[in-house]
Amino acid sequence: MSKFKKKEGNRQPGISTASLPDIVFMLLFFFMVTTVMREVDLLVEVTTPNATEITKLENKALVSYIYIGKPMGSLKKTLGEEPRIQLNDAFATKNDIIQWVEMEKNRRNEAEITRITWSMKVDSDTKMGIVTDVKQELRKANALKINYSSREVDKITN
Amino acid sequence: MARRELPEINAGSMADIAFLLLIFFLVTTTMDTDGGLTRKLPPIPEENLEDLPEVKQRNVFEILVNANDQLLVEGKLMMVTELREVAKEFIESNPARDDLPEFKATDLPFFGPAYPVSKQIISLQNDRGTSYEMYIKVQNELVAAYNDLREDLARQKFGTDYNELEEEKRNAVRKVYPQRISEAEPKEIGN
Repeated sequence: MSKFKKKEGNRQPGISTASLPDIVFMLLFFFMVTTVMREVDLLVEVTTPNATEITKLENKALVSYIYIGKPMGSLKKTLGEEPRIQLNDAFATKNDIIQWVEMEKNRRNEAEITRITWSMKVDSDTKMGIVTDVKQELRKANALKINYSSREVDKITN
Repeated sequence: MARRELPEINAGSMADIAFLLLIFFLVTTTMDTDGGLTRKLPPIPEENLEDLPEVKQRNVFEILVNANDQLLVEGKLMMVTELREVAKEFIESNPARDDLPEFKATDLPFFGPAYPVSKQIISLQNDRGTSYEMYIKVQNELVAAYNDLREDLARQKFGTDYNELEEEKRNAVRKVYPQRISEAEPKEIGN
């Protein structure tokens, strides 16, 4: 009996969990600060190609996105598999691009207009035809600083 | 008046609330590392542009990509992975060889008054049926060729990485190997 009692008396105290909320809050703030909420609902499937020589886009406010790819799963039935262009929240044709570029330019300050980057998020299975058409329209609209969005990898393969 | 002790609010569930929020942000977070190949499109040329500068054949590095994603570099069939080395050799050029670009003595800061800069131009033409993936691969290799050469030059001349150089030095290095990638209007060659 005495053996039992001794053991009980020596029991280590449980670890205090009082600082748990602090730790969790710290993590919480970290994620709150780094979170970027997606601004547009994607209507097209975009898997960007791989590349090694990536330059990061610094100023998010000065980037406008053009998406090109096949329509999303549920839209495939009505729209087919042909790659489509998405500007902001809606499908568009290449004829809409010039107008859209003007709208995007008007949203910004006069001084910033030349610094806008036009990021093209294009699915890697897309054929160049549609991409070239878009590029041509961008040239006509005088939107010349473009970025081919791609994922960073260490090495590309054949 | 007898002051009643207010019972303290139980903060035990604080952790749970915080966890809930944490998990929400964890799920919605997309660590958006938004990046890609930055390019500058040429402006639409003025009408009746007549006096186009003549470019010698030896100064042009011709790349063709067809609808089957096959690569033809200077008349030779090639894999994308081989392109970088060949492009580097061309861009750097060599005074002893007459099939590589000519040099033009240019006045550059840090490099001297008559530094030979090669007159290289890369001409890239693709088909409308070329896949975007292939196009990006080719673009990537060309940019990589320029970046490698600039890196080498920066190490050789200044002993540091190209990206760590001061603005002026970096501009000088960039002027030794200026990116000249010209994209022709794509043709519909078919298969």
